Amino acid sequence: MEARKGLREALSTPIAAFGLVIIGLAALAALAAPFAPYSPTAQDLALRLAGPSWRHPFGLDELGRDVFSRVLAGAQISFLVGVVVVSVSAVVGTLLGGLAGYFGGWFDELVSRIVDVLLAFPGLLLAIALVAVLGPSLMNVLLALSVIGWVGYARLVRGQVLKAREIDFVQAARALGAGTPRIMLHHVLPTAMPVVVVQATLGMAGAILSEAALSFLGLGAQPPTPSWGTMLNGGVSHLLDAPHLTIFPGVAIALLVLGFNFLGDGLRDATDPKSLQT
Amino acid sequence: MGSYILRRLLLTIPVLLGVATLVFALIHLVPGDPVQAMLGEGATPADVAELRTKLGLDRPLYVQYESFLVGLVHGDLGTSIRTNEPVTQAIAERVPATVELAFASMCVAVLIAIPLGVLAAAWRGTGIDYGATTLALLGISIPNFWLGPLLAIVFSIELGWLPVSGRGGLAHLVLPAITLGAPLAAVLARMTRASVVEELRELYVLAARAKGVSRTRAVLHHAFRNSLIPIVTIFGLQFGAVLTGAVITETIFAWPGVGRLLIQAIDFRDYPLVQGCILLIAFAYVGANLLTDLTYGWLDPRIRYN
Repeated sequence: MEARKGLREALSTPIAAFGLVIIGLAALAALAAPFAPYSPTAQDLALRLAGPSWRHPFGLDELGRDVFSRVLAGAQISFLVGVVVVSVSAVVGTLLGGLAGYFGGWFDELVSRIVDVLLAFPGLLLAIALVAVLGPSLMNVLLALSVIGWVGYARLVRGQVLKAREIDFVQAARALGAGTPRIMLHHVLPTAMPVVVVQATLGMAGAILSEAALSFLGLGAQPPTPSWGTMLNGGVSHLLDAPHLTIFPGVAIALLVLGFNFLGDGLRDATDPKSLQT
Repeated sequence: MGSYILRRLLLTIPVLLGVATLVFALIHLVPGDPVQAMLGEGATPADVAELRTKLGLDRPLYVQYESFLVGLVHGDLGTSIRTNEPVTQAIAERVPATVELAFASMCVAVLIAIPLGVLAAAWRGTGIDYGATTLALLGISIPNFWLGPLLAIVFSIELGWLPVSGRGGLAHLVLPAITLGAPLAAVLARMTRASVVEELRELYVLAARAKGVSRTRAVLHHAFRNSLIPIVTIFGLQFGAVLTGAVITETIFAWPGVGRLLIQAIDFRDYPLVQGCILLIAFAYVGANLLTDLTYGWLDPRIRYN
């Protein structure tokens, strides 16, 4: 009830609604990808590097592939990465953070120390290291981003659970004889859900951006997979003769990331009474 | 203050040990044979065995771990497979370029973010505020691996004002510094705005205004000064983003720093060099966090006794 009210409130702010519209359009693009005018890997070498035209609205790339069709196919990859990384990270992080906060003791100590060490690596560095050793591929990017992704959720949920454990209704449930799993699932974890939802929305932006960055560095999806980052990587060597290769995938990444950031910001303002004041 | 510094320093040691252990484990415990990967599929078993012995990979794992830690403490990170140069030396040659870029990008960020954030807070709820806030969100969402090439298209290729790559004079520094500094500026501007807005609500600001202090003076001399603590913190936390952003920015602009060295080392499967670069960047980040904590403790005495 509370959460639904919060969601409605969040979506009533213009920025969050705008974010949701962008995300919706990108999702439509991803769904429309199978019906794109050309196959994302079909080549027309005679037209390589040709600029935008009626038949090819975003132009063609260095191998004569239709950039518009590839941008649509790239939306699928971005959503796949976002959904997989955020789901795995959120579930693992919530579980470990929740158990650590609830039980405390050696388990909490262990989880907290692992979190400390993982947080000592700035941003993408650990993902870069993992992919460097495992070899570049989309699968390994998903793995690497999930390995670093759960930490944020674990820390948030642990903090929330530590607070919730002392709340009266949780104490009351325990006094009434509710078992640990019931207390966790019905009373403690729901109090942590708003922060998890906000973190997950901003996490979608983070995961999509990280995959694009790794692919841009040549450490992610390999050609001919039409990841937006891979497309940018190919475009940079043609900055002079075909700037459209850099512009369109870049706009796509920036818009989708902006959409999730807008929505996440709106949700945070709605769920966090403190940030509402500012 | 002394005991606070000592306590924070001691707390850093296990984190550094954990970081070193994780990096060691990554390189040594991952499935597949790194030596085979380095030499390629065509390598003979004799070649593989030779490089294995040379790298000390034929020793038991705990012996390798021990010599890795002893080497680390002595600043010895092994030798690069490709160039046979000591890893520490190869990295040391690249550090100045990265420090220069990081410093320049932080200057860019501060110069853009602080005025933007203060203006947005002072004119909260007006067009200036919405403009600044939207600009900041844009800055966070635009990936630097897109901003960099865009800046290069406009200022190097179309206008011909600035060089497109390499390191040299100040002109070479401009585009990489803006590319790396823009997302930092965005985060910093948001934090500055929130922090100044918070302070402006305090009673001492009202008291100052009641005593006839001008609005500008109330914002700059009273609210802004006190809002610096969270800004310093976020600046320290964002240092990690600067470090990983440097990896990307250096790759775009062929800037000869540690980040580009890391990506080159990965391409050549030069694992000792990869390990060294990652350790250096992670240690630099831990060091920056330590400095942030110490600054925080110095700015706000309450922190020291927690």
